[in-house]
Amino acid sequence: MWTFIVRRLMQSVIVIIGVTLITFTALQIGGDPTYLYVSERASTTEIEQTRHALGFDRSWPEQYLSFVSNLARGDFGMSLSYKRPALGAVLEALPATIELTLFAMLISVVFAIPLGVFAALHRGTSIDGSVMTLGMLGQSIPSFWLGIMMIMFFGLGLKWFPISGHVPFLLPLLQGDFVKALTSLPAALYYLIMPGFAVGFYSLSRNARLVRSSMLEVLEQDYVRTARAKGISEYAVIVHHALRTAWLPLVTLIGLEFGFLLGGVVVVELVFSWPGIGRLVFNAINQRDIPVVQASVVVLALVFIALNLIVDLVYAKIDPRVKL
Amino acid sequence: MTVELTPVVPVKIARKTRTASPQWRRAWRSMVRAKWPLVAVIILLLVAVAAILGPWLAPLDPNRQNIVLRLAPPLAEGRRGAIFWLGTDGLGRDVFSRLLYGARVSLLVGICSILVGGTIGVVAGLVSGYFGGWIDDVVMRLGDIQLAFPFILLAVLFLVVLGPGLLNIIIVLGIGQWVTYARIVRGQTLSLREKEYVEAARALGDSTISVIFRTILPNIIAPLTVIASFNVASVILSEASLSFLGLGVPVSVPTWGSMLADSRDQLMANKWWLALFPGMAIVLTVLSFNILGDWLRDFLDPRLKTTG
Repeated sequence: MWTFIVRRLMQSVIVIIGVTLITFTALQIGGDPTYLYVSERASTTEIEQTRHALGFDRSWPEQYLSFVSNLARGDFGMSLSYKRPALGAVLEALPATIELTLFAMLISVVFAIPLGVFAALHRGTSIDGSVMTLGMLGQSIPSFWLGIMMIMFFGLGLKWFPISGHVPFLLPLLQGDFVKALTSLPAALYYLIMPGFAVGFYSLSRNARLVRSSMLEVLEQDYVRTARAKGISEYAVIVHHALRTAWLPLVTLIGLEFGFLLGGVVVVELVFSWPGIGRLVFNAINQRDIPVVQASVVVLALVFIALNLIVDLVYAKIDPRVKL
Repeated sequence: MTVELTPVVPVKIARKTRTASPQWRRAWRSMVRAKWPLVAVIILLLVAVAAILGPWLAPLDPNRQNIVLRLAPPLAEGRRGAIFWLGTDGLGRDVFSRLLYGARVSLLVGICSILVGGTIGVVAGLVSGYFGGWIDDVVMRLGDIQLAFPFILLAVLFLVVLGPGLLNIIIVLGIGQWVTYARIVRGQTLSLREKEYVEAARALGDSTISVIFRTILPNIIAPLTVIASFNVASVILSEASLSFLGLGVPVSVPTWGSMLADSRDQLMANKWWLALFPGMAIVLTVLSFNILGDWLRDFLDPRLKTTG
């Protein structure tokens, strides 16, 4: 087990180095990055000063090394629009984004498993057809458009859910204020439902199809037939025998899915005015606030790598076929 | 008599049927039988027509503002009997005309990005699978690193630096796709390079480039077409997301994503047509590519059909 963890940690370190390389290259690719930090009306001396202050007049390897060492110290530079350290602004917005991502993931898994199983058990019927159609449709709807439609229908039309707003749950939890976290949970969920569903629907559809096909395969296996032959109830056969294997492909995907969900969250946050990194990035894009964009990308990539690592470790734990 | 005739007749019949029923005819029949792929093809043809003939089909200039007729609902009548079929937006521009022009960007970005990503991925996969060793290690690790990055963020970062623009978005989205192709092509190449006919080509003195591109590549085209079909769908979705974030093509070019971004300002005013139509256009186009991909996968590899 320890060898596996160490090996997996090493892989993550390599990926993190890759992330820093890509983020660094991204900045250089458009030519002299100094122009990204100064206003269009800046004078030549001003440009020269900024170039020197930010170290863009040094060689690339030198710049990269100082970039990495700044990164290691959590220094992404000052935000150009907020006039405060970029990392602080990003970390402030991070809990809201993680909340939404985790909730979307929860929705996508909790609904996908029963839908997929149900479709597999009724293979070829109209139930199966409906789930498959839903699956196909869900993979074709842009998450932000779904958000807009939900706001129009459930928010403005039926007035069932709030169209914007956020009640923090993760933040009090991280601060150790469990009572506050618990009491705010119902309200937090109420605000999470629409954006969570908008973000998670794509994954839900893909996962339902995945569970269905994996379930169909498992149902053909000898051990399921044996379980049935032993006279175990159909419920037990499905839940205790078939599903235990059938949902494993889903777990492997969950890690990668986080990346996808994080991408969706960034856009959907904008629709629901969710106070997370997405909205921050959007404002930063409009202000061309490079340090904030850079800090957001690196922080989200790190979150993604960490979540992936956790999923892999959990997977190794629950799948007896993975030898450690 | 019969004994003499038997070897001749079947051969003739076989040849005749083969010329009369090539692969595409089988495909056509399968498509008609499945119905939905046919509907998908029709929708995609309509989108293609809109993309190519947009300027001639559009009733009005997509960027012409008409402040008097701002936010007119669908079927509203303008001056001189002009009808705004799908209404007008916050600046009084014709939604229908903008929708037709928007098809252009979506299809162009979708297809060109796949060509860029596909070419890079196929070459990387072929080289990596054929030569193996350190080349393979480097290519695959690069792919791992890219997959470890939530792609849309990477695109955001590059586009903020490079600035919005059609070419930039095509390159960024294209580069985002290469890993998928590289991994599949590498896997196929690994197994194909040991096949007898590849060895035969080598033994006959074919150059490495010829073996890779003329012997191996044609045999891996089929799975690639399936991936490409699904990929176009996801690239169109990504383009819409980036346009929505304001990172797509310049503002003067109407796109479905930017139309949705504009609709956000009118959300509270309940101007439903501003969000509904561009969204539907995206969904129908993406859905059609997905349906086509699904059908193509089943058609090219019927074994997969059993498990869905």
